[in-house]
Parts: sequence; C-alpha cells; structure tokens
Amino acid sequence: MGTERKTVNVLFYGIGGQGVLTAAEVCALAAMLDGYHVKKSEVKGMAQRGGSVESYVRFGSRVYSPLPLPGESDVIVCLHEEEYARMKDQLKPQGVDLFPYLAEAAEAVGDKKLFLNTYMLGVLSSFLDIKESSWLEALARKFKKEREQNRMFFLKGRAKRTGHDI
Amino acid sequence: MPNEQEEVFLSGNEAVAWGAWAAGISFASAYPGTPSTEILETLGTFKDLEAQWAVNEKVAYEAAFGASLAGRRALTACKHVGLNVAMDPLMTTAYSGVNGGLVVVVADDPGMHSSQNEQDTRRVAPYAKVPLLEPSSPSEAYSFIQQAFDISEEFDVPVMLRLTTRISHTKESFRTSSNREPARRELRKDPRKYVMIPAHARPRHTDLEKRLSALRALSERTSLNRMELNDRKIGFITSGVSALYAKEVYPDASFLTLGMTFPFPVDLARAFAREVETLYVIEELEPFLEEKLRQESISVTGKKPSWVCGELSPAAVRDIVEGRDRPPSAGRARRPLLCPGCPHRPAFYSLKKSGVYVTGDIGCYTLGALEPLAALHTQTCMGASIPFFEGAGKMQDGQKVVAVIGDSTFIHTGVSGLISAAYNGAKGVVIIMDNSITAMTGGQQNPATGVTLQGKETKRLSLEKLCAAAGADQVDVIDPFDIDGFRRLLELRLGQDSLSVIITRSPCKMIDRSRGPAAAIDPEKCRKCRQCLLLDCPAIIEGDDGGISVNSSLCVGCGLCRKVCKFGAISPAGGE
Repeated sequence: MGTERKTVNVLFYGIGGQGVLTAAEVCALAAMLDGYHVKKSEVKGMAQRGGSVESYVRFGSRVYSPLPLPGESDVIVCLHEEEYARMKDQLKPQGVDLFPYLAEAAEAVGDKKLFLNTYMLGVLSSFLDIKESSWLEALARKFKKEREQNRMFFLKGRAKRTGHDI
Repeated sequence: MPNEQEEVFLSGNEAVAWGAWAAGISFASAYPGTPSTEILETLGTFKDLEAQWAVNEKVAYEAAFGASLAGRRALTACKHVGLNVAMDPLMTTAYSGVNGGLVVVVADDPGMHSSQNEQDTRRVAPYAKVPLLEPSSPSEAYSFIQQAFDISEEFDVPVMLRLTTRISHTKESFRTSSNREPARRELRKDPRKYVMIPAHARPRHTDLEKRLSALRALSERTSLNRMELNDRKIGFITSGVSALYAKEVYPDASFLTLGMTFPFPVDLARAFAREVETLYVIEELEPFLEEKLRQESISVTGKKPSWVCGELSPAAVRDIVEGRDRPPSAGRARRPLLCPGCPHRPAFYSLKKSGVYVTGDIGCYTLGALEPLAALHTQTCMGASIPFFEGAGKMQDGQKVVAVIGDSTFIHTGVSGLISAAYNGAKGVVIIMDNSITAMTGGQQNPATGVTLQGKETKRLSLEKLCAAAGADQVDVIDPFDIDGFRRLLELRLGQDSLSVIITRSPCKMIDRSRGPAAAIDPEKCRKCRQCLLLDCPAIIEGDDGGISVNSSLCVGCGLCRKVCKFGAISPAGGE
C-alpha cells in the first residue's frame, strides 16, 4: 500500500429492494481490490421490502470503527428521494452529495430500475481515488447476471462527473 | 474455499464460519436467530463437514457436545436469548469438560435491532464458569475462533465466543491463514467425567475451579489481550466493537483491549492502570469490566447508568468520556411491516374481527401486534404462546383466549407447551401459522419442510400428526386467505369444549414468488371506508387527499384487499 491513505466514509441509503446493500458491497470490493483496508456496516429494517436500508463503507490504510462519527461522511449516495432528508445531515460540510444526480440516474435507467444503483455507483466512482479497473472487477464479481448492462450503466454514470475530488 | 493468505471480504458471522473451518471443525449445529444465523448458513456451504439446523438451541448444543465426545471439534451458534434455551447443558458440560474442542458462539444484540431484550451474555461466562473471548471485528473473529478451539482442548472446557450485531453484520477485508486438518480423538467411555451424578459432579466442580485458575493465568499472558501504550494521559480498557469506536475517536490514547474477558486478567489491568493518568472503561450494555475493575480496587471512570441501554458508536464513546448522558433516541425511520401477500395478514385480520385475546410468539407474525392489525397481545420468548394460552385461558373471565405460533417456533419449543396443555386439560384453540419455512430469520429449512441445511431431502415432520399425538382433540388445516371459511371454523372450534389446533397453511411470499395480477382501485367505486387500509399492506397507499391506491410494483396480487372491500372497488389490474 505504501503511503498512508486517509479514511474515506461513504454512506449508501434508500429503501429495501433498491440494491442499496449491493451498491455498498460493490464499492467496498472495489476499494479492497485497490489495496485499501475496508469495513462495511449496514442496518436492515425488519421488513424485507420497502423498509429503510442504510450502509456505511469506510476505506483507508487502516480502518478502526465500522461506523463513522455523525456528520463525517465524505459522500452520501441516496437512492430514494423520500429517504433523502432522513440522513443528509451525515454529510461533511465539504462532502459530496450525489442526490442531485438521482433524477438523471432515474431518467437514464428508465423502467430498468434494477440498474439505478450501478448508475449511481458510476457517478460515485468518479469522485473516489479507486482505479476504474478495480471498479469493473468488483462489478463483475458481484453481478453474475446482466453483467454487460451493469457495466454499461456504471460507465454512463461515471461519465457524468462534475465537482471536486474527495 | 480459501487458499492460504487469500484476501477476503467477510462479515463477522462468515469469518467465524471460515475460521472454524480453518480450525478443523467437523460438526456444527444451531437454530437460526438474528444476528447469529449466517454462521451456520456459511458453514452449510462447506461440504467437508456436517452442519445442521437443530429444532432448538438446547438440542443444538447437545448435538455439538456429542460430536465433541466423539473427539471432533464442534461448534454451536445462537443469539443471546438462544443461549438461555441451552443454559442447562452449558452449566453442566463446563463441569464434565469436552473431548474434541467445543465452542459456543453467542451473538448479542445491543440496541435490539431484532430481539426482545438486550441481555449482556458476558455475564453468563462467570456464572457458567467458561472462558469468554470477545473479538472486535470480523478479522479478529476469524483468528479468535481458531484460538477458542485450542483453548477448549487444552483446558478441557467449552469456550464461549461472544459477538454483537455490529460485528456479526459488519464486513471487513483481511487475509486468511492456512487451514488445519480436522482434529480427531477417540470417543471415550469415562463415566466419572461424563456422567454427572452428584458423586461424580462434586470432584468435577473442584476440577473446574482448578481449570479456571489455569485459565486466569492464560488470560494474563495471552496475546488475545493487547496493551498499547501511546499518550499516557488517557487510557482505555475496552472489549469488543467498543474498542474500535474508542480507537476511532481517540487514536493517540493508550489502550488495553481485552479479547479474553473471562477469566479477567487482573494483573494486566493493574499494570495498565499504573501507566496512565485517567483510566476509562468503554463497554456496551452492562458494566461487566467496570465492576471487575472496581472489585479489584482499580480506580476507573465508567459510564453513566443511561448507557446501560442500547448500542455504542464512536459518538457515544465521546459522550461517555465527556461525562454526558445518553441522548434521547431519534426513533426508527420506517416501521417494519408484514410483506405484501403475507399469509399471516388474512389470519390476523380474521382474528381481530373475532375479538379474541391472542397470546403470541416469536416470528414474523409478531408484527401482527402493531396497529392497525393489532391482533396479537403477548410476545415474550420462543414457545411461550401455548403455555400463556393455557394459563390465561383457564383463569380468564369470559374472554376467549387463542394461541398463535409459527411452524418453526412450534417445533422449537411450542410442541412441549401443547403436550403440557393437553395433559392438563386445557380447552380452546391453538393456531399454527404454517408458512412452511423459518421466515423471520430469512427463510431457513426446518423439520416440517423436509429439507436440511445442506440441501438434502429428509424425513418430513407432519404437524397434523404431531398435534394429534400431543393430545389435540381436532386438527384442522385451512388456507388463511379463505377468510370466510377460517372465521366459520374458528367460531365452531371456539364454541366447543375441546382442545383444537387450526393450522393455517400458506407458503411465505419470500419463498413462493408467484404473483397474481396487481390490484387496482376504482376511484369511482371507492367510498374511502378504509377497510382495506386495516390490512396494513405496504402496497395499499393512502394519498394526502385521502384517496386510496395500490403500488403495483409492491403488490403481489394475493387478492385479500378485494375480499375485504364491500363496494367491489378493487379488481385485478387489467380487469377480471
């Protein structure tokens, strides 16, 4: 790994059935493949569908706690507009909020709602110091079905980048 | 299967399974219970060992102990309340000791994400006199479980490995070690050790005290307990995930992180206390370490009593160090609901209409207690519904009492309640809500499904025959979606002076994924009587204007809302 890399906190949230946990898993795998130490923590509601879901991914040279301090998330990735207000306070003052991308992500995937999470991962990827090859490998490991479409929507999202690095 | 030094990304539960496999285990048994379930599910994927679902935690523990008697390494896993069920064999097998290594993995649930209490199982270790290991993370869970087996065999005692939800369900990237050959010893006939009649048990108790004193010496020197001296102004004594929360907030402080918390390393703690100016104890739930330190006259700053409730977090550690109380909780975002198409919904709808008092049990159907269904009136522990029904039913004045229990819970400890109720002449109706799976924990097999954890077809338990054999006067099976038929049957059986079991049988919607056409509400016909909203179906939505509609992506087309609408306003989308 070499030089010390500071810990980055990413918060994924939305509702059950949207692929929130899958998106967090892909991000965590990509960071691991890129040589980071990674921890991922999640809260699943008791309802199997439609309940609130959230997951923190933390990566760096050495990550201690699975949970970050409140208001210390570098990026928040919300997948459901009704859930947005619930956790937006977790974002750092200088952090990156991907909520503005959600509407265009929904438009881009159309009725293929399945791929909303991979599109948003694409957007996220452009802000993080993780190589594209690690992202693509993580996607390939996580998605056995519809691999090509996931890759395509990921790259579409990745091309949307505006703003600054984390 | 992992290769040596492979990088993996595993949850704490998966790490326990992989670590146990690396330690050469041959046998594992458990009953599912959140947050511990994935330990056995993961072990089930290893084809070179026997992993199985038992009907309850006592049976699971005893089967694992049997494998240990045969000289193999064995594991049993449960959630905190599950260990209560297995307390009986735990207490006495500590006396007898083991043969092959035996590890009991217990997952506590601080914060009660999915439990009826938040007991701190660490308190059980001194009570049962078994050593207690507490990893802080998945990577530690992986290595600690391997050491737990070594300790179990070296000191001839079952070892308890305690996790919490935040370790069980956190994932971490780490490197695995190489695995060992399965350990093998002979099945031993040694009645003085394994037949705990008083004459044998008395010397075994004395022996256990000797083993504990050797374990105390181990605790003083083991690398499971780690002292890190940095800034000497603040020192933390911690264990479990609390250690990482403290490290997150105070990375430069000094730490005594205890991976083995019973027997407690008193000398080590005293040595650490001498090195630092202010000593804090950071631990979730009970003041387990704090009391021990105070008992040894080591002066520490603990937490305020309000922190005995609930989970910690990095922010909580900061609050504790700064002497604050626990802030009031923000509350849950969305409340849990029965799934669309869940067969428990029509059963509860019918029960509510009949106005009976319902003693409940542990499972998805416990959600029937919430408004607006509000058709379940007790929930305490696995198997309690039928004894509660018996006692309340015999002593009530005019109010009909009915018991409700799921198929898996009935097999767990419900059946003994039914046998007892029949034996003691109880009358009334017991309802087994049979959705043909252990649903609440995510859909595990059980004896009534006829499939094992490792996917083998097996003998299938007949609930009908079992209930008849237990002493039920009538056993009826009905589809709960036949709400009129169920109501008639319930009234009939409630009116009889007998003990009846009604099995409402319809598969869990997470298993049976078949869908009918989604419902649609005709706004012209809808009188907004809100009867359909009483079903508490997530797919039926009331708009801000009071208009009622169906979310077609959630609806599975079970047709229940159509049956309860008196105005014929609901039809399958696209017409009949």
